[in-house]
Amino acid sequence: MTDREHNTGIAVDAAEVKHARKRYRAERRFRMYGMAAIAAAAGMLALLVISIVATGWTAFYQHSIALDVTFEAKVIDPKGGRDPSVLARADYRKLARASLRELFPDVKKRGDKRKLYGLLSIGVDQQLAELVAADPSLIGQTRRVEIYASDDVDSFLKGFIDREAPESDRRVKDKEIAWLDKLEADGAITSDLNLRFWTKGDSREPELAGFWGAMVGSFFTLLVTLALSFPVGVLAATYLEEFAPKNRWTDIIEVNINNLAAVPSIVFGLLGLAVFLNFFGLPRSAPLVGGMVLALMTLPTIIIASRSALKAVPPSIREAAFGVGASELQVVTHHVVPLALPGILTGAIIGMARALGETAPLLMIGMVAFIVDIPGSVTDPATVMPVQIYLWADSPERAFVARTSAGVMALLGFLMLMNALAVILRKRFERRW
Amino acid sequence: MQVWLILGVILLLASYGYQRGRGGALASVSGDASKLHSLPSYHGAYLALWAAIPALIACVIWLSAEHQIIKMLVISGLSADSQALEPQRLALLMSDIRNLASGDIVRADPSPEVQAAAVRYAELAQVSLYAKLAAIAALSALCLFFAKKRIAEQFRARNRVERIVRYIMIAASVIAILTTIGLVLSLLFEAWRFFLRVPLHDFLFGTHWSPQTAIRADQVGASGSFGAIPIFAGTLLITLIAMVIAVPLGLFSAIYMSEYASPRARGAIKPLLEVLAGVPTVVYGLFAALTVGPYIRGFGESFGIDASSESALAAGLVMGVMIIPFVSSLSDDVINAVPQALRDGSYALGATQSETIRRVVLPAALPGIVGAVLLAVSRAIGETMIVVMAAGLAANLTANPFEAVTTVTVQIVTLLVGDQEFDSSKTLAAFALGLVLFFVTLALNIIALKVVRKYREKYD
Repeated sequence: MTDREHNTGIAVDAAEVKHARKRYRAERRFRMYGMAAIAAAAGMLALLVISIVATGWTAFYQHSIALDVTFEAKVIDPKGGRDPSVLARADYRKLARASLRELFPDVKKRGDKRKLYGLLSIGVDQQLAELVAADPSLIGQTRRVEIYASDDVDSFLKGFIDREAPESDRRVKDKEIAWLDKLEADGAITSDLNLRFWTKGDSREPELAGFWGAMVGSFFTLLVTLALSFPVGVLAATYLEEFAPKNRWTDIIEVNINNLAAVPSIVFGLLGLAVFLNFFGLPRSAPLVGGMVLALMTLPTIIIASRSALKAVPPSIREAAFGVGASELQVVTHHVVPLALPGILTGAIIGMARALGETAPLLMIGMVAFIVDIPGSVTDPATVMPVQIYLWADSPERAFVARTSAGVMALLGFLMLMNALAVILRKRFERRW
Repeated sequence: MQVWLILGVILLLASYGYQRGRGGALASVSGDASKLHSLPSYHGAYLALWAAIPALIACVIWLSAEHQIIKMLVISGLSADSQALEPQRLALLMSDIRNLASGDIVRADPSPEVQAAAVRYAELAQVSLYAKLAAIAALSALCLFFAKKRIAEQFRARNRVERIVRYIMIAASVIAILTTIGLVLSLLFEAWRFFLRVPLHDFLFGTHWSPQTAIRADQVGASGSFGAIPIFAGTLLITLIAMVIAVPLGLFSAIYMSEYASPRARGAIKPLLEVLAGVPTVVYGLFAALTVGPYIRGFGESFGIDASSESALAAGLVMGVMIIPFVSSLSDDVINAVPQALRDGSYALGATQSETIRRVVLPAALPGIVGAVLLAVSRAIGETMIVVMAAGLAANLTANPFEAVTTVTVQIVTLLVGDQEFDSSKTLAAFALGLVLFFVTLALNIIALKVVRKYREKYD
């Protein structure tokens, strides 16, 4: 007995039942399509996050080789003057090599020796120089120093290079593996948190490359962006929402802002290249220009968000302020804008988050240069986090893959932080009337 | 550094102006503020604005002209031989001089002439800085002096200040228009210079793209040809793949969210999709190049298809995922805007929910959905990083999604990144492509907004 028969007492023939069943199946199917679409979208997001975390997490630690380095005075500072410029330029590589030779006295052949030295990072001289610069009394002493392993060795120790693979396919050869096994048995191989990644600038060597330079570059760029787009955006939004007469001109401005919001970001890069660099002669690769380009790009976002925040302030507030004798501008600056501020700030943060993740326009104005130094001001050459990711993604070395993904994680972390801030602002302070 | 110095000077003068204005106003009524027309702080603000704004405007004008003027002066000081160089060489020489003057590393040993010019450059920059500071301070002081005379008991300082503030606001709103004008003019100007060298129809209808121009006259096979058809075709192919992914997924997500999901589920799904929109495109690019590309290559090989690891499919697929939230959130809005009465009428006739959606809700929402899809297409065409990282550089004219194709945005990036002389057809071609990109996306947006607006009016 079908429901209908039960309820109405009218008999239903079999064909009709069949038809109804078919329709209900179609209904379930349709509903499933919806769920499948959402599941697919969520699945892609999960896949993206998993693939990045899976490749990137190994970049957060790094292997070092502990060596007893003798800081020989005659190599570092033969004259004994302890002049910092002499100390900085000494041949520290020689010292590290000497201690390696001591560990493996039976390595005699020239090619083998070169391979043995290759276990250590090329940056070993820099590392030792920094130690001596910090404490010149080291000279003449023997100290156990943890020296970064080269990127291939690091990859091997992290298990990315298969020991069983034929030797010709391996970046780390049998001899090197034997040496590493011995070092490991001696307890000379250590694995530490990769602090360098968070404190240094870029490098051609993956084991030395850091993300801090890009982070500082992003900071300066966003600073310029915020300083330009926030005041201009809020002023423009306030004018258009509170003061502007409704006429053709304000209509044009409005349509214009909406269209600007949809212009591809790379076109803003072309504008920056043609106008800021070639016409005004501003420096290439500088956060100043990057910030200006991104400011033009985020301006529409901020204006649109600010306008809707201002619109949400009820007219009664304005009327009450007018009622006690405030002038037009006083109504706006003393009452409407402060009440709309949480919404305006939320919009600004979201705009900044977009600017932080933006890459394409910055490629146009030369922020893709290879820059080792940490930028110190808005006119120094710099790169930003997403561009650094792009640069590393292009590098052939295996160890850069992990670093690229680690950079992505750092970038996503900042974006999550900014968006969380926006959500909190909205939840906490936004008033509903 | 320089900018901070100038800003500091202006700020100092403005705060001095504020104090003087406030003090002057109070003094004019011997301390009884209630006699003043405007609050003392408005008198102060009036003077501060007069001290700062003319100086700031002058500063901006000076800074924007400084570079060109110094360059001209330095070039006029060079030997006749150097002056006679072609513009590109001269630009290189100038950048050497500038680098030397600012103490950056210069390639090779600079000639004595360059060194002398660098010294001159540094001197001129120094002179310009002092002159600038002096001019700004003088202008500021002059304005202060005249504005100060106005401070009086019945002076309408508030009205004046409010008018100035309103002008500032208007100026801020006009920046949006100036940006558009700047965009159009810079693109048009550079593209026009390109079309002087390469005829428009060769660019729009040519089928061979190889922008490498000959460096030496006798070089083989590098004449540079600028037929953009393969690029447009590649862009369309990738956009099409992206839409094949994004439209069904986005649309069904929107339908589920607005018609089936409980408010709680909706509250969870909507942010999830918004996260997809918030992921930076460089991350999608990395995902496409690192994970999806090799996977598709392997997948193609297992079916005996020769797939490039930089296939159009990989870029299009990931771009489709990126576009999903645009389609879904806009479609969600239009579906929600369909009046409930239409649904109720359909239910009353005995239709199931899915039948109602398919036969009633979707047809009613169709113009809005079309608008959403058009916006998504414009987004896909302008997207850069995914294709730069995952699609190829070779301009193949093909419809095979497993092959590598190139897009407008990829070509703009490759033509302009790296060392470049600014006057070659190669770099100018990027602006021509940019112009096409700008107008196509603009047209798509205008049409989309029109379609959406027209539809909305129907039910409001």
